[in-house]
Amino acid sequence: MKDTLNQALTAIFAQKLRAALIVLAMSIGISSVTILTALGESARSYIVHEFEALGTHLLIMLPGRSETTGGQPPIFGETPRDLTLEDAEAIARSRYIAAIAPVSVGSAPVSALGLEREATIMGSTAALRRVRHLNMAQGRFLPQTDIDQALPVCVIGQTIKNELFAKQSALGQWLRINDRRFRVIGVLSSEGQSVGVDFDEMVIIPVASAQILFNNHSLFRILAEAKSKKAMYQAVIDIGQIIKRRHDGEEDITVITQDSVVNTFDEILSALTLTVASIAAISLVVAGVLVMNVMLVSVSQRTPEIGLLKALGASQSQLQWLFLTEAAILSIAGALLGLLLGKLALFLFQMLYPNFPVILPTWALMAALLVSVLTGLVFGVLPARKAAKLEPISALAKR
Amino acid sequence: MIELKDISRLFQVGEQTVHALDNINLTINNGEYISVMGPSGSGKSTLLNIISLLDQPSSGSYRLNQQDVTGFNDDQLAKVRRENIGFIFQFFHLIPRLSTAENIEMPMILAGIPAVERKHRVSAAIASVDLSDRADHRPDQLSGGQRQRVAIARATIMRPSILLADEPTGNLDSRSGIEIIELLENLNRQAVTLILITHDQALGDRAARKIRIVDGRIC
Ligand SMILES: Nc1ncnc2c1ncn2[C@@H]1O[C@H](COP(=O)(O)OP(=O)(O)OP(=O)(O)O)[C@@H](O)[C@H]1O
Ligand SMILES: [Mg+2]
Repeated sequence: MKDTLNQALTAIFAQKLRAALIVLAMSIGISSVTILTALGESARSYIVHEFEALGTHLLIMLPGRSETTGGQPPIFGETPRDLTLEDAEAIARSRYIAAIAPVSVGSAPVSALGLEREATIMGSTAALRRVRHLNMAQGRFLPQTDIDQALPVCVIGQTIKNELFAKQSALGQWLRINDRRFRVIGVLSSEGQSVGVDFDEMVIIPVASAQILFNNHSLFRILAEAKSKKAMYQAVIDIGQIIKRRHDGEEDITVITQDSVVNTFDEILSALTLTVASIAAISLVVAGVLVMNVMLVSVSQRTPEIGLLKALGASQSQLQWLFLTEAAILSIAGALLGLLLGKLALFLFQMLYPNFPVILPTWALMAALLVSVLTGLVFGVLPARKAAKLEPISALAKR
Repeated sequence: MIELKDISRLFQVGEQTVHALDNINLTINNGEYISVMGPSGSGKSTLLNIISLLDQPSSGSYRLNQQDVTGFNDDQLAKVRRENIGFIFQFFHLIPRLSTAENIEMPMILAGIPAVERKHRVSAAIASVDLSDRADHRPDQLSGGQRQRVAIARATIMRPSILLADEPTGNLDSRSGIEIIELLENLNRQAVTLILITHDQALGDRAARKIRIVDGRIC
């Protein structure tokens, strides 16, 4: 065993260029597999993490029955009933719901101290802060009041604050939205984008005020937090029944649980990662073919030597193992170099995008190593067999 | 003991059939010293290759030490070669990237002999062919005579009972040629069967038994 290894090693060092070529090809294959898997895996965990940051017991309700959830397709021409504040209040009374935040959204010009810009106006309640895990930089969030109380107060995002109240405290100042005045009672701390919603550019006002402002009594969404993960599924059923009772027997509401969204993304991105990794694996096969070619050349170059070894009493299996060991050593060396290159590339990537979490899953690492050794062996078999089957006399005669 | 009965070896070259060996009958006892001579292309190497089991006869039977080896497969032949036969070639056939010691060690590695014993036997063998100061040299750093001595050490390291040499002095000057022959004759005195192919009449005459081959026949 050790002798075979020694023999293989001296044979490899006797042909350094050839060895370098194989190692390089193998390492390119391995590094592309590791890099692509790591990026795919990182994208997946990044997005899943983003959604989980929404809160693990989050329920999102939208008006209308989504066809994707099955059941009867809506009759053509039927428009779903809007979700109203009364619906939200009824849902809030469900014993599976811990908090509820009705949301209405619109866009309007906002101005203060002579400066003006367009902003997204979100109408909600004090519970929004809990449901969406918002943090305050200054002041306080919307006060706990009755859901239909239209207080003239607002909470603004960082961008709004910087642009309208550049050098002074925003707290206590008046902000004009359309033609109504709202007093600024709080500033959100900057969160960056959270699942496509940029709270930095947002002005949050009580939902009743928003309905007056936009003269619209339907809600865009209702966000709710279930009491526990287990209560979530009961909450979904309960909400359906509440709405059915209130909407003349029509369950015209779609409830999205946060974990179903996470699961969907998880599945899509896992599949994507796997696909990309498989494409990268093709380069491994190419490397394998190269290994085979180079080993075949090596066998014919070393024909006299192989003939001699047979003459000296080498069995077929001994010769086969000698060449297989050579192929395996080259493949493993290539794999290790490839991992190193891959890690280096990922490290550089991490330096460029420090916010994007780059992780290389262990299973991918193991799989890449295993695959490279396997390709080395599989593609090494043919040359090794060829060597083992040589006639000693014809091999010796060749000079 | 080597017993060849009605051994023929045919080569098909295109349309033509070459009778390299034509009904050879030959018995060689243990410890004999035989020289094989004859014109070029007469079949000397072919005969030696068949005796050494590197080549198979087209017809006839071959018994080696009372064992019929005619039908043996590749691996069985390898084992018989390893245990019974040593060769020395005209062109040395050393492995270029290995040192003197490593070349000599090779048959023992193939036979699975433990490393400690190998080391022992290698240094003894190197001393016996007077190459102790060249143990770490590679073949291209040695003279022709030295290379052939490495080959002899390698051929005898497994202590074979038969030693076959195909023009071992063909590539050497006469002085190193004589040295090599004396080394081989010395081994023959230790009861090793020695079969020597040569074109040199003076060397051939030193053997106790002289065989002459013409057109694939012994005469
Ligand atoms: N592999 C082969 N294919 C075809 N013909 C062969 C082969 N090997 C040998 N021969 C033929 O068989 C005959 C005997 O060859 P062999 O090598 O035994 O001669 P030899 O006596 O050793 O000659 P030399 O003294 O030149 O070495 C020759 O005619 C040769 O051409
Ligand atoms: Mg010859």
